[in-house]
Amino acid sequence: MSEAVSHEDHHDDHDHKPTGIKRWLFSTNHKDIGTMYLVFALIMFFVGGAMAMVIRAELFQPGLQYVDPQFFNSMTTVHALVMIFGALMPAGVGLANWMIPMMIGAPDMAMPRMNNMSFWILPFAATLLIATFFMEGGAPAGGWTMYPPLVLQTGDAFPFLIFAVHFLGISSIMGAINIIATVFNMRAPGMTFMKLPLFVWTWIITAFLLIASMPVLAGAVTMLLTDKFFGTAFFNAAGGGDPVLFQHVFWFFGHPEVYILVLPSFGIISQIIPTFARKPLFGYESMVYATASIAFLSFFVWAHHMFTVGMPLTGELFFMYATMSIAVPTGVKIFNWTATMWKGSMTFETPMLFAIGVLFMFSIGGFSGLMMGITPVDFQYHDTYFIVAHFHYVIVPGIIYGVIGGVYFWLPKWTGNMYDEKLGKLHFWISTISVNVLFFPQHFLGLAGMPRRIPDYNIQFAEWNMISSIGGFVFGLSQLILVWVVIKCVRGGEKATDQVWEGAQGLEWTLSSPPPFHSFTVPPQVTDASAHS
Amino acid sequence: MSDSQGAYFIPEPSRWPIVGTLALFVSFIGAAVMLNGSGFGTFIFGIGIAMVIYMFAGWFADVIGESLKGLYSDQVDVSFRWGMGWFILSEVMFFAAFFGALFYARVLSVPWLGGEGAGGIATHEFLWPSFEASWPLDVMPDPANFMVFEEVIPAFGLPAVNTLLLLSSGVTVTFAHWALKKDNRSGLCCWLFATVLLGFTFVACQAYEYYEAYHHMGLTLRSGIYGSTFFMLTGFHGFHVIMGATMLLVILIRSMKGHFSEKHHFAFEGVAWYWHFVDVVWLGLFIFVYWL
Ligand code: HEM
Ligand SMILES: [Cu+2]
Repeated sequence: MSEAVSHEDHHDDHDHKPTGIKRWLFSTNHKDIGTMYLVFALIMFFVGGAMAMVIRAELFQPGLQYVDPQFFNSMTTVHALVMIFGALMPAGVGLANWMIPMMIGAPDMAMPRMNNMSFWILPFAATLLIATFFMEGGAPAGGWTMYPPLVLQTGDAFPFLIFAVHFLGISSIMGAINIIATVFNMRAPGMTFMKLPLFVWTWIITAFLLIASMPVLAGAVTMLLTDKFFGTAFFNAAGGGDPVLFQHVFWFFGHPEVYILVLPSFGIISQIIPTFARKPLFGYESMVYATASIAFLSFFVWAHHMFTVGMPLTGELFFMYATMSIAVPTGVKIFNWTATMWKGSMTFETPMLFAIGVLFMFSIGGFSGLMMGITPVDFQYHDTYFIVAHFHYVIVPGIIYGVIGGVYFWLPKWTGNMYDEKLGKLHFWISTISVNVLFFPQHFLGLAGMPRRIPDYNIQFAEWNMISSIGGFVFGLSQLILVWVVIKCVRGGEKATDQVWEGAQGLEWTLSSPPPFHSFTVPPQVTDASAHS
Repeated sequence: MSDSQGAYFIPEPSRWPIVGTLALFVSFIGAAVMLNGSGFGTFIFGIGIAMVIYMFAGWFADVIGESLKGLYSDQVDVSFRWGMGWFILSEVMFFAAFFGALFYARVLSVPWLGGEGAGGIATHEFLWPSFEASWPLDVMPDPANFMVFEEVIPAFGLPAVNTLLLLSSGVTVTFAHWALKKDNRSGLCCWLFATVLLGFTFVACQAYEYYEAYHHMGLTLRSGIYGSTFFMLTGFHGFHVIMGATMLLVILIRSMKGHFSEKHHFAFEGVAWYWHFVDVVWLGLFIFVYWL
């Protein structure tokens, strides 16, 4: 049984590490694959960010300045797709890859080869998507939601868009299956479900959402494809179909998708806050149940994206009440994080700052979400900048902050070096000020009636747009600090201890920093004391 | 040390995942170029599919080799089980999207187009006031761009036969499993052979049905929402049957070579699960597409 990892060859694992390009191309190692995921996500974050800069430059002043409207619309469309499928989801899976085996006491992911494939699909799928900029008719410009009939007017890019979505979906489903199999089957003895760190819990639930919702998106875009090329009538009323049907199918995927994005971030801050409050997480069990109920409810609220399409009244009411009800478990979580900090002996290192940032600013986005969930008032907000402000609050300081906080939190564990705390804090403060300058004014713009996805606007919107753009440029530039911190930390710095943070609890902190190539070759015995805080 | 957790099998670095990725990449490019109307795309697509087949063959050859060497502990076996189970759930959700489209059309959008309910008045009144809702929807609101069809496949003809074929194949595969558990190799091979045969017979019947629909009934993918849902659902199902039957064929060949033991035969079980899934989807199709 030479290939099996056993206690004997544990010590020369480092020597078995393959070298050169093959180490990455053929990798079956959760840490290497995790690293690739994270680097890819960071690159995509800047690619998508560059598109956002184009959008904000064009909106800096009323009138058309830099790009033509078609290209502007391509920017909003591809920005969203790149950020969601190229940056946020891969970042989440990357962190899962790195941390879950270490947190549950496993040697690696359950299916290492499939793990490799779920990563390597991403750069190729991104190539399919980004190559559309060079095609006849330009990149997709009908919005990331791909509503027909508009999206059917896309030029040669159309089938590439559809197949890119299929390709990305295959990757996510494989990643999700792997995570579930890992957690269900690879836990160390004694690591019962109710001892799992919350990050692991949120990922089980996220993986379930992925498996249940990504195939539905695949079905939706397949119907688009056949409507365009094979004469089917799914979304064509002339043949008995209905364009609104697409919206239903899309949002049946789309709403769970937003929780796919945000739950890992919730998991991360549930690790960070207890560490720096030096107190166990308040209400661990209620946290688990709240996360599960959020995920469950997320399948019954999709039509809050469609209040204005003309649904029957019962539909409008049902989806309004269902949407409101998600606030309950979300409130439980916010309460628990706050209660964890209550009377803790708190310190405010960079990860903690980002976690508290999530707590405050995700809540702002959650509140505007509640506002839009009220059917009659959503008639005013729908498709305005108000909704743009809403989802950017939940996504940027709600999800990206969680991921960045996680990166600062675990970077010393990954590299063995402490990052530069001063630069980290600088990064946090510049980002936090600029992100609010960027997105808060968009609430006002939306309430005043500025529509989304339009390159030009009435002069009454000029001031807030200019302010928002300035915030955007500063935010975009300040992310370079993150890159600098990461590079610096990889190259050296003060040596990190195994535990890294004084208040850190859990198996991952018992491994050396950086950890061995295969995390736990011999399963650790988990006792109550060594489980999550 | 088969049940010792310390011996979890971690495969060596492997080239199959990246080959698979490239294979899919080439196939997608080929298909996209083909759809955009260039014959060259067909060629690229062909290469891509050949690569996909190569990848599957190579990857599974590795896995089978490892399994025969006894590298897989019981724990690895359980990982495969979880993996296959959740994969099947994802397939269920893929079909759910098309069933959702079917129900939406039948229950909501077609009646609305016919003027029913508050939501329907406008389209009916202003666009197609003479349109009458019916199911099967043989005359579309605007028939100009669609094929008007004369009849649909009746449920209690070939589809009922197909139902019998698939249901009995579910039984035969179970008999094969029982035979395997009793280490009755000839029983295993015979029942598996019967299953494969039933599976491919189903595919042949389905092909004949498509031929009839296209050539004698005017029922095609272009026949409005009825044709769309009909061919999409039965088409994807048929594709899954072909995949499932091919997998069963591989299992049959492996059984004839003497692979699997009474205790250790996850590949067999995984394929059997898949086959039952295909079976259950068919029942949904039979009831909601053909019958009701
Ligand atoms: C606290 C619970 C939340 C509620 C009640 C809520 C509610 C809503 C509603 C009602 C809309 C539709 C607005 C309209 O079209 O007029 C919406 C849009 C959106 N929400 Fe949320 N939301 C919540 C949390 C989130 C989270 C956590 C995310 C992301 C992680 C998110 C991302 C989005 C996105 C991306 C859209 C816009 C989709 C589009 O049309 O492009 N929301 N939200
Ligand atoms: Cu939503």
